[in-house]
Amino acid sequence: MTDVPAASIGKPPASVMRHGAVALGIALAVFILFWKFGEDLAPWAFDYPKAQIVPAARWITQFTKWLINDATFGLFTFTDLTRFIAAVINFPYQLVLSLLETGVMSGRGSNAVQYLPPVSWIAVTAIVTLMGLYAGGRRLAVIVALCFLFLAVFGQWSSAMVTLASILVAVPLGVVGGLLLGIGAYRWRWLERALLPVLDLMQTIPVFAYLVPILFLFGFGATAAVVATLIYAMPPMTRVTMLALRQVPPDVRDLGNMIGCTRHQMTWRVLVPSAKDSLLVGMNQVIMLSLNMVIIASMIGAGGLGFDVLAALRRLDFGAGLESGFAIVALAIALDRLSQAFANRTAKPVPETKPRGFVARHPYLLAALVFVVITGVAGLFFPAIQAYPEGLQLSTGTFWSRVVEWINVNFFDALEAFKNALLLNVLIPFKRFLLGLPWAGVVAFLAVAGWVLRGPGLALLVAGLTFLIAATGQWEKAMITTYLCGISVLFASLIGVPIGIAAAEKDRLWRVVQVAIDTLQTLPSFVYLMPAVMLFRVGDFTAMIAVVAYSIVPAIRYSVLGIQRVDPRLVEAGKAMGCTEWQLLTRIKLKLAMPEIMLGLNQTIMFALSMLVITALVGTRDLGQEVYIALTKADPGRGLVAGLAVAFIAIVSDRLISAGAARTRARLGIAEEVR
Amino acid sequence: MKAIGFKTRTVAASLAVSAIAIMASSFSATAQESQDPIKLTLHDWTGQLITTQIMGDVLQKAGYNVEYVQADYLAQFAGLETGDLDVAMEMWETTGREAMDAATATGKVENFGPTGMKAKEEWWYPSYMKEKCPGLPNWEALKDPACAEAFSTAETAPKGRYLGGPVTWGGFDDERVEALDLPFEVIHAGTDAALFAELESAYQRKAPILLWIYAPHWAPAKYEGEWVDFPEYTPECYNDPSWGINPDMAYDCGKPHGEIWKVGWAGVKDKWPGAYAAIKAFTINNDEMGKMITDVDLNGKTVEAVTDDWMAANEDRWMTWIGK
Repeated sequence: MTDVPAASIGKPPASVMRHGAVALGIALAVFILFWKFGEDLAPWAFDYPKAQIVPAARWITQFTKWLINDATFGLFTFTDLTRFIAAVINFPYQLVLSLLETGVMSGRGSNAVQYLPPVSWIAVTAIVTLMGLYAGGRRLAVIVALCFLFLAVFGQWSSAMVTLASILVAVPLGVVGGLLLGIGAYRWRWLERALLPVLDLMQTIPVFAYLVPILFLFGFGATAAVVATLIYAMPPMTRVTMLALRQVPPDVRDLGNMIGCTRHQMTWRVLVPSAKDSLLVGMNQVIMLSLNMVIIASMIGAGGLGFDVLAALRRLDFGAGLESGFAIVALAIALDRLSQAFANRTAKPVPETKPRGFVARHPYLLAALVFVVITGVAGLFFPAIQAYPEGLQLSTGTFWSRVVEWINVNFFDALEAFKNALLLNVLIPFKRFLLGLPWAGVVAFLAVAGWVLRGPGLALLVAGLTFLIAATGQWEKAMITTYLCGISVLFASLIGVPIGIAAAEKDRLWRVVQVAIDTLQTLPSFVYLMPAVMLFRVGDFTAMIAVVAYSIVPAIRYSVLGIQRVDPRLVEAGKAMGCTEWQLLTRIKLKLAMPEIMLGLNQTIMFALSMLVITALVGTRDLGQEVYIALTKADPGRGLVAGLAVAFIAIVSDRLISAGAARTRARLGIAEEVR
Repeated sequence: MKAIGFKTRTVAASLAVSAIAIMASSFSATAQESQDPIKLTLHDWTGQLITTQIMGDVLQKAGYNVEYVQADYLAQFAGLETGDLDVAMEMWETTGREAMDAATATGKVENFGPTGMKAKEEWWYPSYMKEKCPGLPNWEALKDPACAEAFSTAETAPKGRYLGGPVTWGGFDDERVEALDLPFEVIHAGTDAALFAELESAYQRKAPILLWIYAPHWAPAKYEGEWVDFPEYTPECYNDPSWGINPDMAYDCGKPHGEIWKVGWAGVKDKWPGAYAAIKAFTINNDEMGKMITDVDLNGKTVEAVTDDWMAANEDRWMTWIGK
């Protein structure tokens, strides 16, 4: 099967393709005519009539009020249920927090008495280093140790431990939950159908939109933050699980069937282990996205590093903001590398060991315990062992502020000229173009596109969602959102995909790129957003920088994943047939990597949309701002309606791209089963 | 880090120390009141951290159990309504009024009265702009086209560029520009950090800027500049179009100076009556606060050090708040 040249697999009849193209062409022509000359004929198609706007915001507000105050299951109310869930999550959180930060306390508030101090900074660093040594050898141990030393030396320790505690609770929940949902969706088609739109909603409704109801339902504090983090960070895990399981080679599955696996064994002993590489990407995403939520989580009581970043930037202390920001990155890198090493390790067959003494069997565990106890006792007498001494802390002080000042004073005019050129020639024309389009025309055109690409079902979905955006009175803001995201995704793909292709085959480059994208994904955008404001003023351009910097990550990551997964035998075959390097890349690798690259594009759009609320912080006037205003006015309906509009844009683009990708695949003759 | 270290250290270190100190000191007055912690909210600006820390210190001296919780300025009302949070020390008339009204209307949140600090908000420019626009601070100078041009950028020219607060702050600047017929375009910053980032940028380059500044804040202390003198605000100006210079439009005057309120969960009164009285009695003025904010944000002191100094210097004042 794999030896068959890709191009010779059955093509759809050429006539079908041609019909589709003709239909799209006609639709486009009609659309342009209508756009140019239709405004006088049908003004309602350009501005949605105010009287017809559906008051969805009011309904949702009333519904959430009912949910919070009156909803009941008879024996207990809905709020009781959510508060119970909160208590269940709170228990492990408090446990971890007391170990890492507060110590074991009795009582609450300022009356609390500390019985036991938290695990000392030396012991925590030693434990993670030992874990690194155990799972990945000396190299990993050094990386992890350096990350944690960074936290201590730059005075971020106690904040970092608060953040670490909430991550240690959120990530396992997210990974396990995502994996189970993904397996379920793989097994039952109906679950997948139900789940896909929910996943899109979870990932694209800006967190601010559901923050107010979450606070009411789950109480104020770290638990609500964990819940919000889970909603946001779990979907990629589920998605990757579904994709990965489907891509398990059929021979592996056949083997499983042949040796008589039960369904349970098939899932856990055959499918999940064979899909491990992709699943690791999913886990990596959960960790990264959880750390990405640190800022927003800190706004609702999680505290920790996110709070430090916000406070530092409010006094324009870029150095302090950057230090706290990089502390988040250091945590991310340490956690990510550790988790990957552990996952790789457990996959190796465990050699049979003869029964030995407890000490010999658990050298690492014992060493860790020894460190905890010794430093704990010693810490009572020498405070420097318990907490890193303040006198030895480093800080970049005003260095970064002065760097920004230097750039500002010397290069502002050049940057301004560059910005203005891009704004006037690209951004603003595109914005005007989108804002001038008639909503009714867009709905109709998208419906035709959906029909041509897949069929009546997609047409109905796409048209329905787009109409709802207009019907709830958000057309203009939605168009500004589309413009900002569209431009950003374009730039992110233009930069990201080539980087991914270049890095996929050069291990050293990939390692550097990996650090860079991990940094981009976890460094809170606030850290570079404010210096960007100093250099580019508030407005769309600054917002675009932030969105590109964040959404470039999946563009790179999935391109790399796609190219690395290309079957080496196919590449060999290409070489044997005398392909040049360029032909190998364009004719074989890129084509075979297309499904992943398309998934990457899809994720790029999702990431871009999820940055919307942040762009509102630098003065854009899109749906993100609408969500932000709703938050400040504690109006859940308004926020959710705007949030849903964001999600609808995401779903429409996702479905159209997927359908387009499926057609492309069919035309190129790459069936998903090729591998 | 200075301002920040304080909260975690409050939780970790000072708890143990203060707990012992308190047990020894004043058990009597409040022995019958709840020993559940009174949860004070912390936001992300220094002034509020100082106010809250002082209140917390005073309550601890009176024998109450205090806990600090980080919460978003506006999202916190969700917690104040349910009693998950108890006291928020700074709710600005100018930015928090709407959320506060919505919360107090439920009956679950109570306004604990003014802090004594007055929020001042107005258009502001750095002193070096006076050379280009000599008529300032009188607002009528802004009507001069040459002056407006001095404040312009490529996108707004020939109109001047005025950087307003985030839309969420309200402030009626678009209306003000229209009512006073000013040749300016209002650009909204998304957040207050963005607002001051632009000021810092312009100030470094001695470039033109006109923007919304508020006090108490570190910016008026750090940067040399002045507030524009608009016609004095009165309620009629905002409500009655016929009032003021423009007979057809409202908002033809400056911004109101507002109180900064203390708000909290309505159950505080019954659960901790003594603390309730102390919170209501708390007052502090703009000058004191301005000095403390400057000490922290510009002189690099910690919030704790600054509030400890204040507590030591004002013992007779806060003793009366807790009725001793």
